[in-house]
Amino acid sequence: MGPKLDFSVVFDALPALLWGCVGTFQLALSGMALALAIGIGGVLTRNSRRAPVRLATITFIEIIRNTPFLVQIFFLFFALPGLGVKLDPTQTAILALGLNGGAYAIEIIRGGVQSIPKGQTEAGLALGLHKGQVFRLIILTPALRAIFPALTGQFIMLTLTSSICSSVAAYELTSVAQRIESDTFRSFEVYFTITGMYLAMSWILMVGFAAIARRQFNYPTR
Amino acid sequence: MSHPPSDAAPLISIEAVDKWYGAFQVLRGITLTVRKGEKIVLCGPSGSGKSTLIRCINHLETYQAGRIVVDGVVVNDSVKNIDTVRSEVGMVFQSFNLFPHLTILQNCTLAPMRVRGVNKATAEATARRYLDRVRILDQADKYPAQLSGGQQQRVAIARALCMEPKAMLFDEPTSALDPEMVKEVLDTMVGLAADGMTMICVTHEMGFARQVADRVIFMANGELVEQAPPEVFFRNPTQQRTRDFLGQILAQH
Repeated sequence: MGPKLDFSVVFDALPALLWGCVGTFQLALSGMALALAIGIGGVLTRNSRRAPVRLATITFIEIIRNTPFLVQIFFLFFALPGLGVKLDPTQTAILALGLNGGAYAIEIIRGGVQSIPKGQTEAGLALGLHKGQVFRLIILTPALRAIFPALTGQFIMLTLTSSICSSVAAYELTSVAQRIESDTFRSFEVYFTITGMYLAMSWILMVGFAAIARRQFNYPTR
Repeated sequence: MSHPPSDAAPLISIEAVDKWYGAFQVLRGITLTVRKGEKIVLCGPSGSGKSTLIRCINHLETYQAGRIVVDGVVVNDSVKNIDTVRSEVGMVFQSFNLFPHLTILQNCTLAPMRVRGVNKATAEATARRYLDRVRILDQADKYPAQLSGGQQQRVAIARALCMEPKAMLFDEPTSALDPEMVKEVLDTMVGLAADGMTMICVTHEMGFARQVADRVIFMANGELVEQAPPEVFFRNPTQQRTRDFLGQILAQH
């Protein structure tokens, strides 16, 4: 038998842990918003007729998807100040999560856009709509519907990845837990508890995403 | 049979148009003038270039030589010209292409509101008028997937009409339909023809051609092989290729 468990330290620290959850949600939701914007905008630049724009997008995607998140966030936090850009830990975390999630979101959303029959675009153009209007008003909703499970899966990943933001001392659940653990040496109890908390947050997000899907994508298809 | 006066101004004028897909020439020196109110039926074997030709009229396809003029506006790479022509020429596709995430009514109001800047109330009133005309007004609040193929194609016709186009292009509008739904769509097109709409229809529905066409045109290998009023076209085709094609088509019906 191991040492006796003592969860009283966790109970004492519960308010701090719950605030940590709030911090995680803040980072995650802000990161998702940024990732979604990058994802949708990136689909347009990824498919741009201008080669430099297209190549820049592909380069961005390749760099983000083939380097560790920890290195990316260190680069933003420790290397960018050398170029005169100084961000606080929260800003760094949101930017890192948004850029990382955005690179994946571009490829996911692009898959959705490609799944929409060409006839949809042609019908829109034939009615006199511009290419931008066709994308925004006709293609985007069915495309997002098609890839919504993949996109929300990526966003849950993004939420869990936010724990790495503790490495730049961003305010979120893992950094709060690390502090409590170093004060109390109750490693098992603290990390056991936040494991459950991450699980709960993922479920809450899944329920939220399902609600969004019901609201936005409730039209019948065949 | 309605024969428009011969002095009517040309609404669509296609002058010596060539088009290539790489090394393959799909349109060979096509020249065709369509007067206001005229109904043209385009037929021919698959790959003959008939769909490509009407898709050049609203610039869904580009052409490499010649000229297409719609109501005085040259269809070229000018965005302004393309916008003008597309907003004045409606198109109905083989696969309906209704927007699945919008209701029937929203499908019909989208372009008038976004392209013409019509306000919502006016756009909806217009949409209801045309939905009523294609006898589908009771489905206005449903989504496309809840309608049959024939109903969807009638909505597609109404959607195009909501832009109050000067001409309508039909690209095999009944080819994707179950046989029992073909008639309801053809009846709608016959009604439209009777109201004086200028129409170019790519179709193999020869009954429709006999009933409404002012001219039937046969295309093969990217060329305009023969054109004549339907009574002449069907009784006395002058070209062997036309006779072969008619033999095949009419044998199926």
